[in-house]
Amino acid sequence: MKKKMLSLVLAGAMTAAMLTGCGSSASTGTNDASAETAEDASATEDTAATEESAETTESTESNGATFKIGGIGPLTGGAAVYGIAAMNGSQIAVDEINEAGGINGMTVELNFQDDELDAEKSVNAYNALKDWGAQVLDGCVTSACSIAVSAKTAEDQMFQITPSGSAVECVANDNAFRICFSDPNQGSASAQYIGENGLASKVAVIYDSSDVYSSGIYEKFAAEAANQSIEIVSAGAFTADNKTDFSVQLQQAKDAGAELVFLPIYYTEASLILTQAADMGFDVDFFGCDGLDGILNVENFDTSLAEGVMLLTPFAADATDDLTVQFVTTYKEKYGETPNQFAADGYDTVYTIKAAAEKAGITADMSNEEICAALTAAMTEITVDGLTGEGITWDASGEPTKAPKAVVIKDGVYTAM
Amino acid sequence: MPEYGIMEDGMKKVSKTTKNNLITYGMVVLAYIIVQILVSTGHVSSLIQGLLVPFCTYVIVAVALNLTVGILGELSLGHAGFMCVGAFASAVFSLAFKETMPGGLRFFLALIIGAAAAALVGFLVGIPVLRLRGDYLAIVTLAFGEIIKNIINALYLGVDGSGLHFSMKDALSLNMEEDGLMLIKGAQGVTGTPNDSNFTIGVVLILVTLFIVLNFINSRTGRAVMSIRDNRIAAESVGINVTKYKLIAFTVSASLAGVAGVLYAHNLSTLNALPKNFGYNMSILILVFVVLGGIGNIRGSIIAAVLLTLLPEVLRGLSDYRMLIYAIVLIAMMIFNWSPNAIFFRKRLKQRFIGNKKLKKEA
Amino acid sequence: MNTAVHFTAASETIVWRIGMSFVAHLINGISLGSVYALIALGYTMVYGIAKMLNFAHGDVIMIGGYVVFVTVSGMGLNPLASIIISMAVCTVLGVTIERVAYRPLRGASPLAVLITAIGVSYFLQNVALLVFGSDTKAFTNVVTLPNLELFDGQLVIKSVTIVTVIVSIIIMVGLSLFVKKTKIGRAMTAVSEDKGAAQLMGINVNGTIAVTFAIGSSLAAVAGVLLCSAYPSLTPYTGSMPGIKAFVAAVFGGIGSIPGAFIGGILLGVIENLSKAYISSQLADAIVFSILIIVLLVKPTGLLGKKIQEKV
Repeated sequence: MKKKMLSLVLAGAMTAAMLTGCGSSASTGTNDASAETAEDASATEDTAATEESAETTESTESNGATFKIGGIGPLTGGAAVYGIAAMNGSQIAVDEINEAGGINGMTVELNFQDDELDAEKSVNAYNALKDWGAQVLDGCVTSACSIAVSAKTAEDQMFQITPSGSAVECVANDNAFRICFSDPNQGSASAQYIGENGLASKVAVIYDSSDVYSSGIYEKFAAEAANQSIEIVSAGAFTADNKTDFSVQLQQAKDAGAELVFLPIYYTEASLILTQAADMGFDVDFFGCDGLDGILNVENFDTSLAEGVMLLTPFAADATDDLTVQFVTTYKEKYGETPNQFAADGYDTVYTIKAAAEKAGITADMSNEEICAALTAAMTEITVDGLTGEGITWDASGEPTKAPKAVVIKDGVYTAM
Repeated sequence: MPEYGIMEDGMKKVSKTTKNNLITYGMVVLAYIIVQILVSTGHVSSLIQGLLVPFCTYVIVAVALNLTVGILGELSLGHAGFMCVGAFASAVFSLAFKETMPGGLRFFLALIIGAAAAALVGFLVGIPVLRLRGDYLAIVTLAFGEIIKNIINALYLGVDGSGLHFSMKDALSLNMEEDGLMLIKGAQGVTGTPNDSNFTIGVVLILVTLFIVLNFINSRTGRAVMSIRDNRIAAESVGINVTKYKLIAFTVSASLAGVAGVLYAHNLSTLNALPKNFGYNMSILILVFVVLGGIGNIRGSIIAAVLLTLLPEVLRGLSDYRMLIYAIVLIAMMIFNWSPNAIFFRKRLKQRFIGNKKLKKEA
Repeated sequence: MNTAVHFTAASETIVWRIGMSFVAHLINGISLGSVYALIALGYTMVYGIAKMLNFAHGDVIMIGGYVVFVTVSGMGLNPLASIIISMAVCTVLGVTIERVAYRPLRGASPLAVLITAIGVSYFLQNVALLVFGSDTKAFTNVVTLPNLELFDGQLVIKSVTIVTVIVSIIIMVGLSLFVKKTKIGRAMTAVSEDKGAAQLMGINVNGTIAVTFAIGSSLAAVAGVLLCSAYPSLTPYTGSMPGIKAFVAAVFGGIGSIPGAFIGGILLGVIENLSKAYISSQLADAIVFSILIIVLLVKPTGLLGKKIQEKV
């Protein structure tokens, strides 16, 4: 009896849920949906930023048309730092563009959705953005998500430009471009940098074999190291489940007499490695890629340990050119912290979209497919002077061409070297 | 709930279980028809459309786990591992034959390969594991799930002119030819899997899963398995081969989880064995579906899986609170349903309630 | 894996260095193992007496770590005082969990108890996630003694390792004496043997189990501090993997056996580190979990365990 009643109620609930689930979407046309998602977006992280963009939307009396940029990245979870930075950087660019009159007279709107670093959630976020009416995609911030979403954007013919999705496959489709360096590019550039500047001849690598980014860089680093007559004396892998104890990897590096430890990993693990290396009296140089950016912001981390750490990143917050100074000042004012490379990538992404859209003469009445075709063609013709490089150009493959920069941590700040 | 009434009228003569099962099938078919109508009339948002295949994936794996937890009465914390095996086996196959085989046939074969691989692993895992009981079984299945994930993350597999290459170290040690195709790149997983699955296939697979599970429950084997669950010693004493029947149920459950994995893999073009999608967390999430839907209640698992997949997407931005709410629900459901005091309390309440009703009826 | 390959010096030097690096890996393994041992002691206490797998034990450790983090780094308290606060907080937490979540289910099926324990574990993780955020906190090592350097710094033994080993030995001996010699300890043994009979002998079963949880949880606080000091990162998930591995250690040593938990922990840590160093750092976890399975199949009672009672 009880069971029957229960199943009756559950069946009812199911039907009701299905109907309301579909019903709500049925009643919401594009307009309602956009209002809903906009609310969600403000609920996620930066109420202030979205409100501000709403204000600027009102203040600039443009021709009333809007250009909708959807953004996707991890705003919660372990990689939230990257997603939030990219979102904030993009938002600053959007605000600046709107103040200056928008793109081709259109006001720019940004809706940034959370993907929790999960490919499946990322595709869901993309679908939510489509419901909102996104016309181009600024994302995803991370590689695996970017690859999963790019299969969908290619299907829908939506123009996609990822600020920081560095895996090769992120831009495999014609409609996808990126701002950052690719993983192989970072790996071989690191090896070249170490080799050409004579930083070390015996190098140990500690990398996260369960991470796309890290193992991707390591492979290319290892391949290029041979050409640079760098000897990789030990390669210690760790996995996502085993990333607090690095004594074995460090011990191996120490025993092998490494002069430099290459860390193609993210900053949280790197901060642990630095601490544990100091503990065991292993005094050696460390060199990393853009994932190390952010190490100075780890809460309660003794930043003196990071002194002398070198990293290959296209952006240094202490650079003195006007663009960087202005961006860093605005970012600090708004978000109260020093922007990292992901923020700069996000900023450049929006300006690249702007440059391409102006080149292609995008207008409000174009469909997403038309926008995609026009922007894809325009991308190879534009040159962008951004925060992450001067005179960045793209070829049809979607890869940017720009010079890598290395920074070193000196007196607790990133300093160009 | 009109459909319920109609069915009840039309099927008075059919036995109670059959009726119950037909309702379950009917519910799935009805939901499918409603969704298809709404989709074809353009009333479903892209978000919901994108969620249709994940719904099917989680429904299948929840039903599969319910077979282990509800019918076999053992707690498996490794079902995400079986899903992972099914997903990777089928994705590798589909990727290898991406160019040389038509979509439908390829997916069908991928499905069989995924289910078979998961069944094989389930069988191999089951032999040692099912000798254990209770907490030990749970912790060992958890360990197996982690081992599977760990191995796949360290596995490199490629194919080129001279055949298959595989390594447990890194991609360089594969020594592949230039034009070779990387199938599994360690942690980078499988990239470029064709998107062969869709909602219709998903629903068909749900129906097949239901058919297998519901028939299993009502078969001789199923009754044997349930007798072991309820009293192992008594079951043994009437000559039921405990290990054999447990193993059958566990293998079926694992292979169905593999089917869910196949669906998962062919819905996304990247496949990584992250802790989040194939780790211990996913096993727990599936367990939450089962517990919330009612242990042993197949229909409940379906509804819980759909609702709990839908809710966080509709309420995007509340994801931080989602797991907290799940945790509270899990504890509350357990205490409410299993605590001796609560059971006593409910019994008394029911007695009073039904007792009154009966009295009224008699009067 | 390739420690020795790159040395071309005289052969005795190679032998010396191989031996040296082996000793270093061994010591690192003991360092890791002593943390597992400490956690396993708490596990084995609760499992041995309440006959339930307290899945949330690892997360109590994490909470203990956060309490110390907040009191030391946030309020600037003396480390010793903060450890005592942390132990108090964890004891209260443990007893509360037992009272709210586990006691109502006493006598229910083990499946229900286990699922509830998983729920509690998730609850603690997500509360920590909401309160402290998901970003990693760098933990301040509370053991400020100097490291021990041998052979001109070729071999460094971290002070936290020495402290952890000593603390776990003290706790192991203390617990064994407590269980054997005190009245409440003997009551625990009685409860673990037979709850019904213990009750008839006038033992307060609920009270005894609550005390067990209190002891287990205060041990968790100590384990949390030492875990985070040895591997100074703190996230809401810090406790879960060490918690699971410590359970493996407890099973390895023989669940319910106090010296067994200690030995199992140390051995597991050493095995994990040596397989990382000499087999594959990627497959170390798989190897550790395989040990659990092998132990359960070959000698289900573990190294020092008594015969497992049939759970019905």
